[in-house]
Amino acid sequence: MREALTSNYAAAYAVKAADVDVIAVYPITPQTTIVEKLSEFVSSGELDAELIHTESEHSALSAVLGAAAAGARVFTATSSQGLALAYEVLHIASAMRMPIVMATPARALSAPINIHNDYSDVMNMRDTGWVIYIASSAQEVYDTVIQGYRVAEGVNLPVAVAYDGFLMSHTLEPVELNDEGEVAKFLPRAARPHVLDPRRPVTFGPLVSPDWYYEFKYQQVTAMNEAREWVVKTDVEYGQWFGRSYGLVEGYLLEDADYVVVTYGGAAYGNARAAADLARERGVAAGVLRIRLYRPFPTGEVVKALSGVKTFAVLDRAIMFGSPAEGPLYKDVVLAMYLHGVDKPSLNVIHGIGQRAMYVRDIYKVFQALREGPGRGVMYMGVRP
Amino acid sequence: MTLPGASQLPIGAVVTEPGSTRRNTTAGWRAYKPVIHDDRCVRCQLCWLYCPEGTIVELRGVFQIGGRKYDVKYEVVYDYCKGCGICANECPTRAIEMVPEVV
Repeated sequence: MREALTSNYAAAYAVKAADVDVIAVYPITPQTTIVEKLSEFVSSGELDAELIHTESEHSALSAVLGAAAAGARVFTATSSQGLALAYEVLHIASAMRMPIVMATPARALSAPINIHNDYSDVMNMRDTGWVIYIASSAQEVYDTVIQGYRVAEGVNLPVAVAYDGFLMSHTLEPVELNDEGEVAKFLPRAARPHVLDPRRPVTFGPLVSPDWYYEFKYQQVTAMNEAREWVVKTDVEYGQWFGRSYGLVEGYLLEDADYVVVTYGGAAYGNARAAADLARERGVAAGVLRIRLYRPFPTGEVVKALSGVKTFAVLDRAIMFGSPAEGPLYKDVVLAMYLHGVDKPSLNVIHGIGQRAMYVRDIYKVFQALREGPGRGVMYMGVRP
Repeated sequence: MTLPGASQLPIGAVVTEPGSTRRNTTAGWRAYKPVIHDDRCVRCQLCWLYCPEGTIVELRGVFQIGGRKYDVKYEVVYDYCKGCGICANECPTRAIEMVPEVV
């Protein structure tokens, strides 16, 4: 069945298809229409779930954490300040190994208040132990939320599905919806290692002494490596079942590219592809690499994709103030290359902050800059300095 | 004693055995230990009520203290008392003395 859906509605339809048991909600722009749609599904009886109205995002995430501990399949969604408020629980959810799936249409952080898109909220959660996808179309949001449940319940880690706030969350695109019976078969309810059950009492979230803590952090390191395998396996199997798969990274005109822009999300990837087309028309071997799985980072795939190019630029949509280079993805890409002994001149481009318009011509200029000279350093595009 | 490694522990620090915390005695946490002077105790039960760890136990029986006879008596379970001193602070008759632990 094909529907015209925003990415937020696509996320809601995926949650319905996954037949979740408990949804905890607190409104925040641009996430709100996801849980509004889910609220409709619950009230119409299309989805048999408990929908809990909480008093904050901290509480919403805590509520689904508790429900997940009791064995429920759960969902919540938030953005920006809401994600920041839930920050403490992000760490707790991953360390307690709760298979939560959360949609995160990305939005700029205050101050000044800005309800529009960049990735400063999502990038702040990169070290919290969550599996983080960044989707680039409504279809991919739908598919990734469903895949997310398989990964979350397979490796016992929480999964965030991020995408551009407004630019995707409120933009209609055609979305192919799966047969929900097939999704139910793709997402069987497996027995969990431990659940809260009065008949078999266990303790979740104990205090541990320095003799024990490090081992549980090391478990998370191991789990993240396993998560990478789960993401690959799930994506391949999903492709076999439903005909769509994405990989950990996605390339555009990469095979013979000399100059590559690396980026994430919908707007940046779409415009970068258009800019690469433009550059190709003018004889420049341009290509684009999109990071779909941000955590765990697809180090091998990124290094493989970039090893053969002359030079590349990483287009970031968030700022790490005071960092050697301010783009978070740039840091990951350069470190990945360094660890594999690949040293290439590269640029970090910061653009689209607070949804500053990113034009195709801007990214075309990045290809030109790459061609003109091996640059190093950070280029701030679209800002009035 | 060799402690189990990360791969041998339940994931997410779940404690799978109910009541196993009893094995972790916390006596070593104490710098001062509460000592109950039973002759000054009026059996008001405040130490039992206030102890945050439930380490004051109420014993039933017949207890002759000087000229008085009581049917209860309070004792400290030293395996779990952390030495916080709340009992001594709350005791209205100063019957509980905090004595330095000597190693």
